[in-house]
Amino acid sequence: MSNAVDTLITVADSVEQSSGPGSDWILHHVMDSKELDFEPLFTIHIPQFPTVFGIDMTPTKHVIFMWLAAFLVILTFTIIAKRYKKSLVPKGITNFFEVFILFVRDEIAKNTIGKGYEKFVPYLLTIFFFILFGNFLGLIPWSATFTSNISVTASLAICSFFMIQIGGIRQNGFFGYFKGLIPHGIPPVLLVLMIPVEILGLFTKPFALAIRLFANMIAGHFVILSLIGLIFFMGTVLVAPGAILFAIFIYLLEILVALIQAYIFTILTSMFIGMAVHQEH
Amino acid sequence: MDFSLAWLAAGLGAGLVVIGAGLGIGKLASSAMDASGRQPEAAGAIRTSMIIAAALIEGVAFFGLVICILLAIKT
Repeated sequence: MSNAVDTLITVADSVEQSSGPGSDWILHHVMDSKELDFEPLFTIHIPQFPTVFGIDMTPTKHVIFMWLAAFLVILTFTIIAKRYKKSLVPKGITNFFEVFILFVRDEIAKNTIGKGYEKFVPYLLTIFFFILFGNFLGLIPWSATFTSNISVTASLAICSFFMIQIGGIRQNGFFGYFKGLIPHGIPPVLLVLMIPVEILGLFTKPFALAIRLFANMIAGHFVILSLIGLIFFMGTVLVAPGAILFAIFIYLLEILVALIQAYIFTILTSMFIGMAVHQEH
Repeated sequence: MDFSLAWLAAGLGAGLVVIGAGLGIGKLASSAMDASGRQPEAAGAIRTSMIIAAALIEGVAFFGLVICILLAIKT
């Protein structure tokens, strides 16, 4: 029994000497990197790709996981689409995903966009499942969460931004859309204030979408890593039961947060599309 | 360079952020409970709106948290 404790202490000491407690260890696990490490077994170094127009084209860890999530989404939905062609009665995996697909179409798109919602359902389904698969992939040990990368969430928010503007401009005309941003029946004195506020509002809403998803995902992983790192920081194995129990609880909470964040991103995008398309409200 | 004030600021800031978020979401949850108690049929719709509002409040809290993290990882 004391032998096991001694080995644990030796391992903990060696880890503390090697990477040390502090922000670098935690940052190493959440940030992007050019190698896939499955510590302590082996580390795969990603080969260097050529530089195109000054941008280094080496796929990093998050890029590889994005490819994996995209591949999984495409695979799943190709299978589901083929099964729907055979018969409209779902069973098995089709049945499972039909719940989510109908949820996005009815509760999210139809409720918030109203008339003409069918055009936007494919985009909303895509981002919902891409973010969902990405968040869930991040919960598997030894994997990376690509939604905890600000570049990825900013790109998703930029895609939503274009969807919102194009949807609004297509419905209301180019000048009609911008004119419709200002609400009716306000005294002209307030126009000086309202025009910059509304134009700024066009940009702050997707910005908030990006930051919300990024911060939620990275905060969850930070907390789990900090709790586990507490064992190494304290240097004793006696904090291990409490720390691991808390870490498991936060892990389960992370599953809920993954679902909720995908839902929130989708429903806020859909609300902004609804506000842009039907500007009377 | 001496970064001790940055680390102190990060800790204090995170605490204040949590107070704000906790108060806000607590008030929201309390209204949701009251409304669900008065009209149990509307519990589903209330729950959906509650989750959306909670995520928005949490989003604002995370803005502050991101700044605290930026302060805390200064080396």
